[in-house]
Amino acid sequence: MAIFLTKDSKVIVQGMTGATGMKHTKLMLGDGTNIVGGVNPRKAGTSVDFDGTEVPVFGSVKEAMEKTGANVSVLFVPPAFSKAAVVEAIDAEIPLAVVITEGIAVHDSAAFWAYANEKGNKTRIIGPNCPGLITPGQSNAGIIPGDITKPGRIGLVSKSGTLTYQMMYELRDIGFSSAVGIGGDPVIGTTHIDALAAFEADPETDLIVMIGEIGGDAEERAADFIKANVTKPVVGYVAGFTAPEGKTMGHAGAIVSGSSGTAQAKKEALEAAGVKVGKTPTETAKLAREILGA
Amino acid sequence: MDLFEYQARDLFAKHGVPVLAGEVIDTPEAAREATEKLGGKSVVKAQVKVGGRGKAGGVKLAGDADEAVARATDILGMDIKGHTVHKVMIAELSPEIEAEYYVSYLLDRTNRTFLAMASVQGGMDIEEVAEKTPEALAKVPVDSNSGVDIAKAREIVAQAKFPADVAEGVAEALVTLWETFVAEDALLVEVNPLVKTKDGRILALDGKVSLDENADFRQPDHEALEDKDAANPLEAAAKAKNLNYVKLDGEVGIIGNGAGLVMSTLDVVAYAGENHGNVKPANFLDIGGGASAEVMANGLEIILGDPDVKSVFVNVFGGITACDEVANGIVQALALLESKGEKVEKPLVVRLDGNNAELGRKILSDANHPLVQRVDTMDGAADKAAELAAAAK
Repeated sequence: MAIFLTKDSKVIVQGMTGATGMKHTKLMLGDGTNIVGGVNPRKAGTSVDFDGTEVPVFGSVKEAMEKTGANVSVLFVPPAFSKAAVVEAIDAEIPLAVVITEGIAVHDSAAFWAYANEKGNKTRIIGPNCPGLITPGQSNAGIIPGDITKPGRIGLVSKSGTLTYQMMYELRDIGFSSAVGIGGDPVIGTTHIDALAAFEADPETDLIVMIGEIGGDAEERAADFIKANVTKPVVGYVAGFTAPEGKTMGHAGAIVSGSSGTAQAKKEALEAAGVKVGKTPTETAKLAREILGA
Repeated sequence: MDLFEYQARDLFAKHGVPVLAGEVIDTPEAAREATEKLGGKSVVKAQVKVGGRGKAGGVKLAGDADEAVARATDILGMDIKGHTVHKVMIAELSPEIEAEYYVSYLLDRTNRTFLAMASVQGGMDIEEVAEKTPEALAKVPVDSNSGVDIAKAREIVAQAKFPADVAEGVAEALVTLWETFVAEDALLVEVNPLVKTKDGRILALDGKVSLDENADFRQPDHEALEDKDAANPLEAAAKAKNLNYVKLDGEVGIIGNGAGLVMSTLDVVAYAGENHGNVKPANFLDIGGGASAEVMANGLEIILGDPDVKSVFVNVFGGITACDEVANGIVQALALLESKGEKVEKPLVVRLDGNNAELGRKILSDANHPLVQRVDTMDGAADKAAELAAAAK
């Protein structure tokens, strides 16, 4: 098993015909992802050839779902058009929408999140500004490299893309059930807590690695959740101890404001919840190995 | 991007939030004409992006134009909590004030919604109000899609327990403030104080606005609001090259790919520095995924141009990008800089892992650049970079 994404997932790509969409659709297909269509109203009815795999282009998410049974959409839509694209996915009630796009205005992400709530949250949103998620050996919905590691029993949830890759690489010999990049924006759909709950319920995940970074209080709330609800071992890492106050460190959400959002506070909250927190990614991987006896 | 008070005032005025007249100037003499335009009296207000300027002597009344020039002379160039005053606002004198309130809209990250905050205890630091008398600060969630109409504004006013005689005026101001928040793609709009004057008017006397730079594509006017003078010259140079760079105060220059990995690199270097003369990271620089030789060269140029930098740590995990491309990028970048006559004399420690790492490492070894050292683990490379920086200090 895995969380959110399996070999049975039928994936469509909104923005497939753009340069980034084309590049990553090809890579996702190479990782075995069952990509059943792309969406672009101006190219509806055509198809795109990816090394011999013909992927049809549909006019809307709804049409793609009706014709293919798609249940996952990956979005590579430019920031200016992302809100409309996510709203379209929500209206079509696709179960999972993975928003890769970086640089979406907060008023847009807050608007589509409010809209998803209003519509009863029938669509799980992952991202925006995230690398997506991968269930190694089964399916890849996003831009996480498919060849870093193999299927295994570690679950990973992370705000950061490259730290996700780094951690998968450190533990590549053990392997992962699923790895989920939830994104570094101030407003994101799926949180650490959502992923922790899913990994806790997944019988094929034995240990969870949680990667956080400065900004907001998501890690602190995840710590409370772990204390109350998670029985599996959790190993944590938090980036940004040396980040100065008031400066955005790359990710729009990675900013310490006054005393809130500091790495130190997050580390302490996680440790108080029984999470072993590593000082560096390598040390964090070592902690995971010790627990797994691997 | 945080704005100056005068810029916030201008945006408030544009969207109908009641404000007093005001004009920004940067020479004392200009205070004369500005004050005369206001009828011969004014308030001279330092424009700095930090609180507490009144207490620091950055806000003064002027009874006539000469006095305004004198006060502007005092205030221009003044240092307020490390911020030099380059501009002052010559503002209209407020009618006598009867009460001071607080109102703001901001993003509530925890609940992933917007939030209205309002209090009848304005004029002071709102964090202090929130801490000492939390019941005096109303926090009302605002749905992004339905926003704040007059009915919603009345709800906010009622929750904050504004007196009946000002309730409607404050509600109207809240509607226009919401319009400012949305139309300008703001992350924060704050009025403190919002005042009730003796003649019964509601006025925004001071305000803070922070804008979302991700919305620049639909906010063409926002570029002009940028405070280009205040930016660190290295940060300004990096921005001109579209690099995601933040200047810090250490000695080890950092280049990496991905915001999270670079943040982590800073931390790992700071830990390593504890064993090497307490050296620290000199900057944050994320060259992103798929960084070309040109981006690498641009990044290296900025970092090597920082006189504080004693060594450089290039930390790349090849995800989609292959490490051989990154290695070629580094080699080409150094050649490019040297051909431009730039002096490259600081040691570089390079760590490559992930996709095609072996190939990338071989390219660096073959190039055999005298300043480039390969260390193949992140912790080990951070230690080497810290050691080299400490040795050169």
